[in-house]
Amino acid sequence: MTTNVQVVAIVVTACLFALVFELVRRRRMMERYALLWLFASAVLLALAVWRDLLEQLAQAVGIYYAPSALFAVAFGFVLVLLLHFSLVISRLADQTKVLAQRLGLLQQEVDELRSQLAEEREPRPERELTRSSS
Amino acid sequence: MPLSRHLAIVPAYNEAAAIAATVGDLHAHTDFDVLVVDDGSTDRTGECARSAGAAVVRHPFNLGIGGAVQSGYQYALDHGYEIAVQVDGDGQHDASHVGDLLRHLAEHPELDMVTGSRFLELTADGYRSSMPRRAGIRLFARLLSAVVGRPVTDPTSGFRMVGRRGIELFARDYPHDYPEVEAVLLLHFHQLRGTEIPVRMRPRTTGVSSINAQRSAYYMLKVLLAILVGLLRARPVVEAGDSAPVQAEHAI
Repeated sequence: MTTNVQVVAIVVTACLFALVFELVRRRRMMERYALLWLFASAVLLALAVWRDLLEQLAQAVGIYYAPSALFAVAFGFVLVLLLHFSLVISRLADQTKVLAQRLGLLQQEVDELRSQLAEEREPRPERELTRSSS
Repeated sequence: MPLSRHLAIVPAYNEAAAIAATVGDLHAHTDFDVLVVDDGSTDRTGECARSAGAAVVRHPFNLGIGGAVQSGYQYALDHGYEIAVQVDGDGQHDASHVGDLLRHLAEHPELDMVTGSRFLELTADGYRSSMPRRAGIRLFARLLSAVVGRPVTDPTSGFRMVGRRGIELFARDYPHDYPEVEAVLLLHFHQLRGTEIPVRMRPRTTGVSSINAQRSAYYMLKVLLAILVGLLRARPVVEAGDSAPVQAEHAI
């Protein structure tokens, strides 16, 4: 592996690691979502710095150009991260559905109790009691 | 507290033109309480239903038919109803058949669900739909009949009545996307028993069906996938006391 490629790889992965770390530090990203990112960038950084390891890995899987192995590993992490996001989105969608349903049911109950209360206070309802719920 | 032990669940999305008639029909033909689930309509569906005398649960945004119907079953569970029937908001389902469903359920206490089927009795003036749609429905009918081991002629019918066990099941767990077909499977997995009786459905008068002819093929493909996944699901049965299908995370 030429030195240039290695330098670029180290700079990029180090920046990625620093960025993720900084985002967590500023509480822009929750730790539970950052763990996978931190792990991925740490592994990539290690492979970029530790040249022998990358070359051994490349040889083991039959990749002739060692830096390609770095890409392959990075791609693997991207796939895992995307899958992770799909899981998170599915869960969020499910939770949102439950919230919307509960909200609807509670709103109905509030409306009903309110109209009951209005009837008790004023037994002869003169105006339309039913109001639109926003 | 409800006056009646029976609830009619009417999911509706932008059905302001038809909803009052549907509610009026139900009140005229049955003694059922009527709950309209306004699934985030952008027109006056909720107001129309309320002034027609129905209770209205309104979603803050559109959840789709599955979410709307499940809200109805949750309402039925919360308010202690014994029987719940699902009736479409667009007036396709004839309220005079609700009595038939109820009678059938009362005469057969071993049953948990009775579905109104369009295809049990083919009459000249019966329900009509487009060719690809009919072909799709027939395919699902065969598939489902084979899986659940009882004849299912109208798997996409949303005109169904369930008893207490059905209410509890559907309030807890209801399919998201293509609920009619999947609910038949769900019921089967939970060893609840269902049957069909013939009903006549009217062609819809207003509004647009959520499934049009062009989308039929795509819809079919997705439902087939849903059935397949349903069959292979690791834990098809969510019983009371199981861990929730939606896990909340407590850590921040």
